[in-house]
Amino acid sequence: MPGYSIMVDTSKCTACRGCQIACKQWNVLPGTETRNLGTHQNPPDFNFNTYKVVRFSEGSQPDGKAFWYFMTDQCRHCLSPGCMATVENGEIIQDEKTGAVLYTPKTKDLDFNAVREGCPFDVPRQDEKSKLIAKCTLCFDRITNNMIPACVKSCPTGAMTFGPREEILELVGKTVDGLKKKFPDAKAVNADEVRVIYVVTDDPAKYYKYMAGR
Amino acid sequence: MTNHWIDLKNSDCILVMGSNAAANHPISMKWVQRAKDKGAVLLSVDPRFTQTSAKADFYTALRSGTDVAFLGGMINYIVNNNRYFKEYVAEYTNASFIVGDKFDFADGLFSGYNKEKRSYDKSTWAYKKNDKGTIEKDPTLQNPRCVFQLMKKHYSRYAPEQVSGITGTPVEDLLKVYDIYSQTGVKDKAGTIMYAMGWTQHTVGVQNIRAMSMIQLLLGNIGIPGGGVNALRGESNVQGSTDHALLFHILPGYLKTPVSTFQTLEAYNKASAPVSNDPMSANWWQNYPKYSTSLLTAMWGDAAKKENDFGYGWLPKIDPGQNFSWLNLFDAMYDGKIKGFFAWGQNPACSGANANKVRAALAKLDWLVNVNIFDNETGSFWKAPGQDPKTIKTEVFMLPCAASMEKAGSITNSGRWAQWRYKAVNAPGDARPDGDILTDLMLRVKKLYKAGGKFPDPILNLKWDYVDAHGEFDPIAAAKQINGFFLQDKEIAGKQFKKGDLVPAFGLLQADGSTSAGNWLYTQSFNADGNNMARRGKDDPTGMGLYPKWGWAWPVNRRILYNRASVDASGKPWSPNKAIIEWKEGKWVGDVPDGPWPPMSDKEKTKYPFIMTAEGFGRVFGPGLQDGPFPEHYEPLECPIPNNPMNKQYINPTAKIFSGKMDQHLTCDPRFPFVATTYRVTEHWQTGVMTRWQPWLIEAEPQMFVEMSIELAKMRGINNGDKVKVSSPRGEVGCIAIVTTRFRPFKVAGIEVHEVGMPWSFGWITPKDGGESVNLLTPNIGDPNTMIPESKAFMVNVIKS
Repeated sequence: MPGYSIMVDTSKCTACRGCQIACKQWNVLPGTETRNLGTHQNPPDFNFNTYKVVRFSEGSQPDGKAFWYFMTDQCRHCLSPGCMATVENGEIIQDEKTGAVLYTPKTKDLDFNAVREGCPFDVPRQDEKSKLIAKCTLCFDRITNNMIPACVKSCPTGAMTFGPREEILELVGKTVDGLKKKFPDAKAVNADEVRVIYVVTDDPAKYYKYMAGR
Repeated sequence: MTNHWIDLKNSDCILVMGSNAAANHPISMKWVQRAKDKGAVLLSVDPRFTQTSAKADFYTALRSGTDVAFLGGMINYIVNNNRYFKEYVAEYTNASFIVGDKFDFADGLFSGYNKEKRSYDKSTWAYKKNDKGTIEKDPTLQNPRCVFQLMKKHYSRYAPEQVSGITGTPVEDLLKVYDIYSQTGVKDKAGTIMYAMGWTQHTVGVQNIRAMSMIQLLLGNIGIPGGGVNALRGESNVQGSTDHALLFHILPGYLKTPVSTFQTLEAYNKASAPVSNDPMSANWWQNYPKYSTSLLTAMWGDAAKKENDFGYGWLPKIDPGQNFSWLNLFDAMYDGKIKGFFAWGQNPACSGANANKVRAALAKLDWLVNVNIFDNETGSFWKAPGQDPKTIKTEVFMLPCAASMEKAGSITNSGRWAQWRYKAVNAPGDARPDGDILTDLMLRVKKLYKAGGKFPDPILNLKWDYVDAHGEFDPIAAAKQINGFFLQDKEIAGKQFKKGDLVPAFGLLQADGSTSAGNWLYTQSFNADGNNMARRGKDDPTGMGLYPKWGWAWPVNRRILYNRASVDASGKPWSPNKAIIEWKEGKWVGDVPDGPWPPMSDKEKTKYPFIMTAEGFGRVFGPGLQDGPFPEHYEPLECPIPNNPMNKQYINPTAKIFSGKMDQHLTCDPRFPFVATTYRVTEHWQTGVMTRWQPWLIEAEPQMFVEMSIELAKMRGINNGDKVKVSSPRGEVGCIAIVTTRFRPFKVAGIEVHEVGMPWSFGWITPKDGGESVNLLTPNIGDPNTMIPESKAFMVNVIKS
């Protein structure tokens, strides 16, 4: 399975949210009206104008010490996308060369609930008025013009890496091995099924309930 | 920073304390991560579990305002466990110096204290000198009156249990931090500190940093790659603005603001240039007259002549003891003593401690000029909620200025790298670059003085030729003058210089009026090689990330200060993996050394490595500060406990306390039971003047919040996301409650103490329902050395609203 992949090494993510803003900037998406809901996570979830949300998750470890995990959530660009289950007329396409899963203007004709429920990670969102469905494009317009995705470009710590899938898979393996010395539970999430591969140091559900899928 | 951003990657142990680098200096974490990738340990010490803590190998908490106790305990640990770098301490620091007989410490006071003046007679802290006037030393460090032994005695009082009772940090956590960090006291390991306003904004702000500087000297961490004392500056050019004398007490290049008692340049120079009788001390500041004279000739050009003392008489002078720092200025403004005010690129109505007083003070002005890229709470203070515009006489002028990408110029980062920026786009509408506004203002003032006025000479003679052919401010002309010129043909050490030549480096500046330099520290930044700040060379010859041809760093492109302390007496690096300079075949290679002299083994020609102190040694004992030569724990002005467990002084005995109607403070008062601190968030810039108008940023951090522990929330019946009211003796602020496990109650002096934290990024003007400034709550008391307000530790109440 060629094409591209992104590795997200959560151990390096500081939740600076550069990626969340860069996504809005590149895709020319408006800021949505938000309130502080008792968390720094904002917007609280994906919406039609938000393809990328940094999720904040905190709690106490069994030893009583605090943890605070960050996960920059986005479409995984699955190898077999669940959101495409009901697609019949090319409303959603999977670009062969890059592997990007792309929503077209025809998505307005789809049953949104079926699309959303088909996604194990609860990513797609619909515009109530136009009925269009939207999500991350893997920066298709950038990666087909020799640029890396905007979110990856913005990351100061190197938590995100973009490249040919084979190279990323190799990097994922190396990264997990390296992390295991400090974090015995380190692992990659769904590496064989998705293009956006998260590397975690703890149970993925502690980062976000759908990190590894519903 | 003694070191620089990229150098963080060379560290073996990074302590982040008094800052939250991950949130407020996000890109720094790139270099922290590089260090971690090589096995470095990241330690985070903060009242709150932060984004930085989330990435740390070890985190522990301390109560805000107790850093001196925490660090004093580390000094005690280092000494007791023999973790200090003995050769370095004995040879390169003043640990061996004998202190005079008058020095003493008892009941929390050092010798020489004057209760009425709340200040010290520092002459009682002087070193003991022999007949020749040189300092007596004991390199064995055994003399009971040597700095090392006095220090050992002072910090023997900071046992882990005692410290824990003050900071609220568990003893085992203290010991873990002390153990991990002090492992860098060996030749092949470097430890570094990343600090910011969490250390400075206290009544003991300077002493917090002093305490860490002592630790770094004891561990031999100054001058080496991956070490140093590193201030993460809170604004991209605050280093540059400080270098160029933004503050009242300095002239450009850290020259001293003249005091009225020094009526001549000679008297001023004599009082400013330290004297050393030790031939091995470079005593760099002995060059002071060269820099002060060159500054005067830069200011007044041809009008500055030997006959008129180079215009020294035209410099404004302050009276002895006069202090024009922020808190005093706004106190004077509140008292109606200041008529006009330029708020230039700032927002005091939100950024000033005790902001209600600041806002009341603005209403006492006749006029206010607000120069900014957006409207802000300062320019619009007269229409703030609760204000009656009809009763406010202040006339406000709004001058829109260009943003950073709309003008060219230099910017100096925390690591002292001056980097030139090109203009990307023209400023919109009527907005103009600051340089143009200043030039216009200056030329108009000159014109008015031409028509008459008191003491016109300093204005009329002021050289102001920083204008291009179009009449616009020319940053290149200003940059060249900052570097400086030869004002006449001159031969120095066989080299010929022509009148009008740019001075190659500050070593060639003269005290006879033959050179000019707007800031001696920047001489070399723009010379015959061109604009060195605009260089973008990517070579890294040492492999240590110095990038000597990228931009330009003061002084003389030295990337790591005090680097001659990174080598032994023979000039060999303490360790090959920490090689930044080395003496090879009769010369230094690597970074630009702290002076050209050969290493210490050459007793005839060498100089001690700490060239900026008169004695040439790193100061474990700091006899120059207002509040004592050794840091001592004092409680914040407002604190939760009835006395100071460490000594009989409650608060810093030299801190200035204001006592007007609006200068309220209450300590250990049941009405304000919780410790509070302030901080920033990644998404907002300072008070949010630039960022609160930006939809993507305000979407991510939309509202004023207060973070509190689950325990405190339970006690007050507060749920996560509730609206709450936070109040102090000075004001109140509505907030959204973030109830979090990242704040935990402290056990302090046997009682449970709760702490809350708030950002200072908000203000009433925008966005709607965004909330108000936390500075409505903060106290206006200052550190005695810097007068920085104590915004990081004060007392509040929190109730559900």
